[in-house]
Parts: sequence; structure tokens; C-alpha cells
Amino acid sequence: MTKRQLHMKHYIFSLALAFGLLLGSASVQASEEGGLPPAGTSVSDQASLQRGARLFFNYCVGCHSLKYVRYSRIAEDLGLSEQEVMQNLNFTGAKFGETVVSHMPEDSAKQWFGKAPPDLSLEVRAKTADWVNAYLNSFYVDPSRPVGWNNSVFPNASMPFPMWELQGVQTAVKKPGSEDEIEKLELSSPGKMTPEQYRQATRDLTSFLEYVSEPAALQRQKYGIWVLLFLAGFSLLAYMLKKEYWKDVH
Amino acid sequence: MANVFTNIGNWVNERAPNMMPAYRKHMTEYYAPKNFNLWYYFGSLAILVLVNQIVTGIFLTMNYKTSAAEAFASVEYIMRDVEWGWLIRYMHSTGASLFFVVVFLHMFRGLMYGSYKKPRELVWILGMLIFLVLMAEAFMGYVLPWGNMSFWGAKVIISLFGTIPVIGDTLVQWIMGDYIPADATLNRFFALHVIALPLVLLLLVVLHIAALHEVGSNNPDGVEIKKGPKGNRWDALKPADGIPFHPYYTVKDLVGVGFFLMIAAFIIFFAPTFGGWFLEHDNFIPANNLATPSHIKPVWYFTPFYAILRMIPSFFGTAVWGVLGMFGAIAVLFVLPWIDAGKVKSIRYRGTGYKVALGLFVVSFFMLGAVGAGITAEVIPEWFGNVDVTFWENLFGRAMTLLYFGFFVFLWFYTRLGWEKTKPVPERVTMHD
Repeated sequence: MTKRQLHMKHYIFSLALAFGLLLGSASVQASEEGGLPPAGTSVSDQASLQRGARLFFNYCVGCHSLKYVRYSRIAEDLGLSEQEVMQNLNFTGAKFGETVVSHMPEDSAKQWFGKAPPDLSLEVRAKTADWVNAYLNSFYVDPSRPVGWNNSVFPNASMPFPMWELQGVQTAVKKPGSEDEIEKLELSSPGKMTPEQYRQATRDLTSFLEYVSEPAALQRQKYGIWVLLFLAGFSLLAYMLKKEYWKDVH
Repeated sequence: MANVFTNIGNWVNERAPNMMPAYRKHMTEYYAPKNFNLWYYFGSLAILVLVNQIVTGIFLTMNYKTSAAEAFASVEYIMRDVEWGWLIRYMHSTGASLFFVVVFLHMFRGLMYGSYKKPRELVWILGMLIFLVLMAEAFMGYVLPWGNMSFWGAKVIISLFGTIPVIGDTLVQWIMGDYIPADATLNRFFALHVIALPLVLLLLVVLHIAALHEVGSNNPDGVEIKKGPKGNRWDALKPADGIPFHPYYTVKDLVGVGFFLMIAAFIIFFAPTFGGWFLEHDNFIPANNLATPSHIKPVWYFTPFYAILRMIPSFFGTAVWGVLGMFGAIAVLFVLPWIDAGKVKSIRYRGTGYKVALGLFVVSFFMLGAVGAGITAEVIPEWFGNVDVTFWENLFGRAMTLLYFGFFVFLWFYTRLGWEKTKPVPERVTMHD
């Protein structure tokens, strides 16, 4: 091995080490979410986003706003016409260019649930898609709670479970010899959907919430590859230029 | 066309005879050593990132609202409703993190090749001042989106000043202009972030480069090319081992720019939050002084210093020691040129003790980063089961803090008591290609 090769090896090793550390730290952060099952969402699956939007506007918007999201933007990004959005998704009489605001009065909401239901524009970015998806799958009946429902991912959440007619009713099976540690949730009475259909439905809803938390994701993923290709070409040309200029430096 | 440029050049020259030579002095007739390696890309890359931060920052201010009531929503407005606003914002947020990546590597290069040693102490001190101002700039910029981590991060960092005896509490209120981080705090941080600190930063960068060009660049061999033989193809009196910065290093740096931009673009377009490391989950929740995030921690580039702060216990009834330790970790770098009395600059020819010590110093820096980011608190129970996490984390963090400062103590004795066995330094720079 020549001295030059030895030096190249040195560089490659240092670079690999640096990247390894970066990726390693990223994965530690990822695992920090506490072993939730992967949501398996995809914002590039337009059909899934459309189904998710339908669920959101049928089951969630009664209480939760998307105050940074415009109906017109949803139409544009989900491949829907103005008419489709205004007829099928907009039940509040808002204008096409306005943002999605729930009509629940905040004062009453505080009275009913103890706190106002949060705006969901950024829920996935704040909590991750895995968390939201797991949350939607983890409601169970709990007579000790004011609204009759509890959640094993977010214990003592004050939210009732509006999609119970779809999933059915789950009950908590406690760990043997434990008062409050939950081993698993069991479907005690079935809903309109099979468990597989419900899992798909929550995946769609989570995908939609992931999209609304960052509509720019659709654009950046579209343009990113072209930017990288351009920069690869630029780097190659720059490298050839450097080789040419440096021919006479010894 | 060429004629027009010559005429303009002559016109300027007649009126300001020293301006054109200034360009030559710093570009075409600045002779840099010909043996720069990969580690020498990061200076020019730091300038590139600085320009990126200024340009994208200007565009961000056009839509950002400086008010505690509107700041968070205005950032989302930029992300959703401003044309290409998301790209500008991600370029700025990714640029902030990559600025520290580049600057850390640039500083490490200086440690490896002894670029802080005589005659470049002034270059090093100016560089350290840049680092200090950059940390203040980054901290204040992080507060501006007014997310929950912005708020609590600001609260924790500002309250550090409260540990100063006697004047502490008054000082904290004076900095915030309120009893908690609030509208007044946000407005003054905005002013400092977009005007005051960038001006200081630019001035320091100019001085850093001016001071460098007075003494000339160091190189991976740590050989002073100005002391070597004279005469190269361009000038009979200039160093034989020097080549003109332009065009040789401008075209070479262009390659570095291309590769760097590929990494930056990958993050901007495919992983803008970088798994919660560049943009944190809790900062997508609006600032709320009633809801504390479960783990308050600074952005990754502050975590090693934050760990030192946390690891040093309070005694004599005050917590000021941790604050002193944190600032001391930076202050000690300022005086590094006088701690290290070794005559040999480059790690290539220094003693084994120095190589091992520098390696351990890097390890301590990463490990302190892991402690500050809360990674150790995660993995200790995962790896070792049901143990006292705080005890072991403190033990580990304190050991790493000792290792960090130990580097400087070791270096003092190592280079003064004749322990260092150096290799012979070559007369001329060496080329490896």
C-alpha cells in the first residue's frame, strides 16, 4: 500500500466514523419514542390521505381544529376539486380559502372535558406518527374516567373515543397481580370494521395528520432528488476542474 | 467586454489605488501551502454557511412576526403559505446545525495541526471569539420560533445568570425584561439575533482572515513555508511551497462546496428535523409557561457544555460552579496557545502522548454530548437494568468532565517536563499525491 492510499484510507475511515456517529445518534433519538409499533404511514399515498381526510372531517373536526390548514390547500394537495372538498369535507360553512376551525366553543369544551381539545395542525410533528397511530388504537372502556374512556398510550387522557362504532369496544387486561399495569387490550365487542380494517383506517387518519403537520413534505420530496442530481453533476465538474488546475502542482 | 472591465478597473485604480492590490493580497497573491488536505475545507465552508444564514435570514424576517402572540403562527405561515418559505426556513435551520458541524471540525483541525501555536495565537483567539458569538447567535435564534422548547430552553439558560452571587436575580430580570421569558425577551433577542450579533460576527470573520493572511496558513505538516526556500513559478521572492489561493484553492474549495451542499440538500429535502436533532419535537408545540417539556435539553451543539453544567454539583450553598465549569470549558480553549508549550505543531510528528490525549479529548466531547442530550439517561437502564440512573449518569458525566479538562492539564505538564518524544519534522511540506 502506497503512502497515498494509506492517507485515502485514513480519510475514508474518519468520514465513515463521523457519519456513523451521526446516524447512531439519530437512531437513538428514534428509539426514544418508547418502542411504539411503526405507524407505516406514507404522505405520498394520495388515496390514503383522502380516506384519512374523510375520517378526520367525520370524526375529529367536531372538537379539533387544524388552524394552520386551508381547505383550498387540502384540495390542491389531495387531488380533490373545490366542489368535492366543500361538499364532503367542509361542514362548518367556512369559505374555501379559510382554515379548518372547529366550532366547539372553547369555554364549553373546558367544562365538558377539563381542557380544550388541542389543535391538531402539528400533532404528528410534536408527538410523531407512531405515537398518534398507537394512541388511536389504544382506547379502552374505563368507568372510573369522567367520559368512560381511557387510553393506554396516554393514560387518563380526557378525550372520549368517537370512533368506537368503527373499532368496537376494547377492555384492558391487567397484568397478573397488578392493579393498574395493563398487559394488553382486548376487543370485547366488535365494531363496524374488522380489526384489520380499523388498523388501516387509523393508518389513513395518521397519514392525513402527518400531511397536515407538514404539507411541504410533498414538495420537498418531489424536488429533492433533482437538487441532489444537480449537485452531483456540479461536484463532478468541480472535481474535474480541480484536477485540471492542479496537474502542475507536485 | 474585456475592455470594459479593464477600463472600470483602471478607473477605480486611479481613485483608490489600494483596493485592487487588496484583492491580489488576499486572493491571487496569497500564497497558501500546497499540501492542504480534507481538513482544510471547513474554513471556506464556514463562510458559505454564514452567507447562507444571512441571506435566508433576511427572507425569513420578511414574514416573521416579532411578538410572543404571533411568532409561532408566523413560522407556520412561512412553512405553509409563503412561496418556498419552507425551503428558506429549512435552509436556515439546517444551516444553523451544519454551521456547528463545520466549525467543530475546523477547530479540531486547528488542534490536530497546532494551528493555534505561535505565530498564529491571534488567529486562534479571533476564531474563539467567533465561536463564542456564534453560540450566542444560535441560542437567540433558537428562541425566536417561540416553541415550547424555545421558551424552556431560554428560561433555563437565562436563569444560569441567577447563580451569580448578590446581583444574580436582578440580572436575570434585566436580561429578560420580565419575570419569565416573554414578549420583551423575544423582541430584544430578535434585535440581537438579526442585527447586533451578525455585525459583530462579520467583523470578527474579517479580522480572523486578515490576521491569518498576515502570518500565512499553517498546513498538515506544521512547517512554516515562509521560513523555507523562496521562489515559485509566480514570484521569485515568495515561498517555494506556496501556491496562489486563486485559482488553486478556489477551485479546490468548490469541490468541497459541492459535496457539502449534497449533504445539506439531503437533510433539507429528506430529513429536515434530522430525527428531532435539528428541529425538536417539543418545539412544534407553542410556548407554554404552564407545561414543562418532559426533558428540557438544548440543541445538540450545546449538549457537551450543558452536560458540564449539570455534572458539577453545587457546594457552599451556590450552583455557580457548574456555570463557571461550562464557561471554563470554552475559556480554557482561549488560552490553549499558552498551555501547550510543545515546539512541534503537527500531530504527524508529535509524541504518542499527545495523540492519545487528543483522541480521549474527542471521546470526552462526544460522551458529554450524550450526557447533555439525555442519551445516557436512556441507555443506562436499558443496558444495566434496574440501577440508580442518576448515580451512574453523574459518575460517568463527571469522569468525562475530568477527561475534558484533563486534556489541558496533561498538555501543560507533558510539554513542560520533557515527556513528549517528538519525531523529526521535515524541512519542506510533504505531498501525498
